[in-house]
Amino acid sequence: MEDLGEKFFQVVIALAIFAAIIGLIMLLVDRAPKSFRDKATIIGFLAPAAVLLAIGLVGPAVLTAFLAFTDRNGDPNGLDNFVWMFTQPEALVTLRNTVLWVILVPLLSTAVGLAYAVFIDRARGEKGLKALVFMPMAISMVGAGVIWRFMYAYRGAEQEQIGLLNQILVWTGSEPKQFLLDAPENTFFLIAVMIWIQTGFAMVILSAAIKGIPNEIVEAARLDGASAWQQFRNITIPSIRGALIVVITTITIGTLKVFDIVRTMTAGNFETSVIANEMYTQAFRANEPGRGAALALVLFLMVLPIVVYNARQLKMQREIR
Amino acid sequence: MGFVRSKKAVLPLATLSALALTLSACSPGGGSEEGGGGSEAAADCSTYETYGTFDGAEVSVYSTITDLEGERLENSWVDFEECTGIDVVYEGSNEFETQIGVRAQAGNPPDVAIIPQPGLLAAHAKAGYLKPAPAEVEALVDENWSEDWKGYGTVDGTFYAAPMLASVKGYVWYVPSTFEEKGWEVPQTWDEMMTLSQTIADEGTMKPWCAGFEAGEATGWPGTDWVEDAVLRQAGPEVYDQWISHEIPFNDPQIADAFNAVGDIVKNPDYVNGGFGDVRSILSTTVEEGGQPVLDGSCAMHHQATFQAANWPEGTTVAEDGDVWAFITPGEEAGAGAITGGGEFVAAYADREEVSAFQQYMASAEFANNRVQQGAAISANKGLDASLAQNPLDQQSIELLQDENTVFRFDASDLMPGAVGANSFWSGIVEWINGKSTEEVLDSIESSWPSE
Repeated sequence: MEDLGEKFFQVVIALAIFAAIIGLIMLLVDRAPKSFRDKATIIGFLAPAAVLLAIGLVGPAVLTAFLAFTDRNGDPNGLDNFVWMFTQPEALVTLRNTVLWVILVPLLSTAVGLAYAVFIDRARGEKGLKALVFMPMAISMVGAGVIWRFMYAYRGAEQEQIGLLNQILVWTGSEPKQFLLDAPENTFFLIAVMIWIQTGFAMVILSAAIKGIPNEIVEAARLDGASAWQQFRNITIPSIRGALIVVITTITIGTLKVFDIVRTMTAGNFETSVIANEMYTQAFRANEPGRGAALALVLFLMVLPIVVYNARQLKMQREIR
Repeated sequence: MGFVRSKKAVLPLATLSALALTLSACSPGGGSEEGGGGSEAAADCSTYETYGTFDGAEVSVYSTITDLEGERLENSWVDFEECTGIDVVYEGSNEFETQIGVRAQAGNPPDVAIIPQPGLLAAHAKAGYLKPAPAEVEALVDENWSEDWKGYGTVDGTFYAAPMLASVKGYVWYVPSTFEEKGWEVPQTWDEMMTLSQTIADEGTMKPWCAGFEAGEATGWPGTDWVEDAVLRQAGPEVYDQWISHEIPFNDPQIADAFNAVGDIVKNPDYVNGGFGDVRSILSTTVEEGGQPVLDGSCAMHHQATFQAANWPEGTTVAEDGDVWAFITPGEEAGAGAITGGGEFVAAYADREEVSAFQQYMASAEFANNRVQQGAAISANKGLDASLAQNPLDQQSIELLQDENTVFRFDASDLMPGAVGANSFWSGIVEWINGKSTEEVLDSIESSWPSE
């Protein structure tokens, strides 16, 4: 308890220091000479964020980039870490899995979410139906991983099953299956968990976008005799293009970073590892920070184009408006 | 206009207050409390005379041992403190492995650290942080410990750290009453163990073995214990040492033989996995669950270290005539004592006289006795009185450790580089149980061994 009190005191002091520094900056900006005041205001208010970003984001990123070219002892070893990444069979499996995740999760969860949003649009009990699909979104990835591990749980044919899916298999008269151990399909069983979570996200955003389509357009299309598919193809999709791009890119970035699900369900064993999981394993368990950093760098390079694309799209939309 | 004047005063005032706050945050917090209550009766100080008296001297000790274990450790030197006047300031931390490196690098190490990994000990000795052990400590270790144990405290020919406590791996757990009922004998050799397995499998009421290797990211580690036991018993301690230091490759035929010997059990569908299913169910069964079928009679034997005792349900008696008991995994020949296990080492970062006195006490039989009689601890110290052990299993383990003929080797995966011992060896076992061949798995582990 005494310890807790001390910690609390420290937090209060830290906050007070922060407030004092901000106050100091404001005062200084306020007292700057008139000719310089605009610039001083901008610099004064941006500086704290810029400094924190430099310390907390830019610095570590640069250090990681350097680390990627060093070995376990911190000595430079050229491209060795990258050679390892693209030649070791285990590391190659990791790269393959990441590609599978990144293709399947955004595509399937957006497709399912979109279909669901269209079908339940203005249906009776829409809110309840939406909540049903959106709920997994509220569960943490680790929680979802634990839940699904029970779904896939395996016991031998002679024993009582404790997992739902294997019990269903047994009821239908087949042998129980080691869902999480059988490569390569086990990766798809893990991907299903991520889709289960992300579909709700896609559905909510897309449903809101669909509701935003002006009624006149829809009515005009109907009067022109457009079929349901034609309406969807030529009215709905183009009208919600912006929302679709946001959903797909957001899910893609989330999927590239996926770590919790794999770690909770298989810990990357049985050929299910992905880059983020392998990065952690190499850096902190295998004591190979160089390899971990190299993996992080590759992950960063994979995320970068998506972020750039996303930013560009947003800017373009703003210009149209 | 008073407003303007007061505004002028604000700036220096604000600067001053920010400075004052920063300074106050930098001043250290309250000193750490020293734990451990005094013993009720005044200690008999005659046994502590040899260490001398140091008034007001202080020795700081840092280790991984916390909670109840930490209290017991502190209790074991209360008399020493009282008689010598040395104040032992103890700190146990779960962050020890990373923090000790940080503290040593920063020039702020404890006087003494209790290090559980010989690899970490060697790293700190090579970096020049550690002081070589005083001659008195070395003499005590020569007297009380086997060469094997002294070797783990020695780096490049210089002796640094005395061993402290120990743990024994490679026990095979079974239910004595079942064995008696069925007329099964505890095997004395590896071959007998295989014959017994076949007998149990033929008899058909239960599978001979059950196992569980699932432990999150560490899945597979109980398998490394299995393999280590086989390497040490079949190929011998020399090969075991060469295997760890990578003088022979990981895919050496002798290591492959050990894998195959273990595979004859854990990859044999007739022998495993009692109570859970087929061979691969080993991977989806947790370490804690793995041994439970031994009690309900769906499996006869379970391979696990002494700490399996804590995995049995509450109220299970661990004794030769109790609910469950264990024999040490037999060697090629009967009575050939070779065991794997772990332990801690008492290393010093300072060479003051009181530190030396503390090191001597920690290497002595008095310390081992004081600690062991509080329960849940064993030591390989030959001066230790085995009858002080608080349960039959500890007693058996102490006798094994003290036996002149026992060859002791540290858990190999703890001594290998992290990339192997805490990663590819584990995942290799997983792939091996999941169906890959021994050759494939060993080649893959060998290729993951870090160069230089």
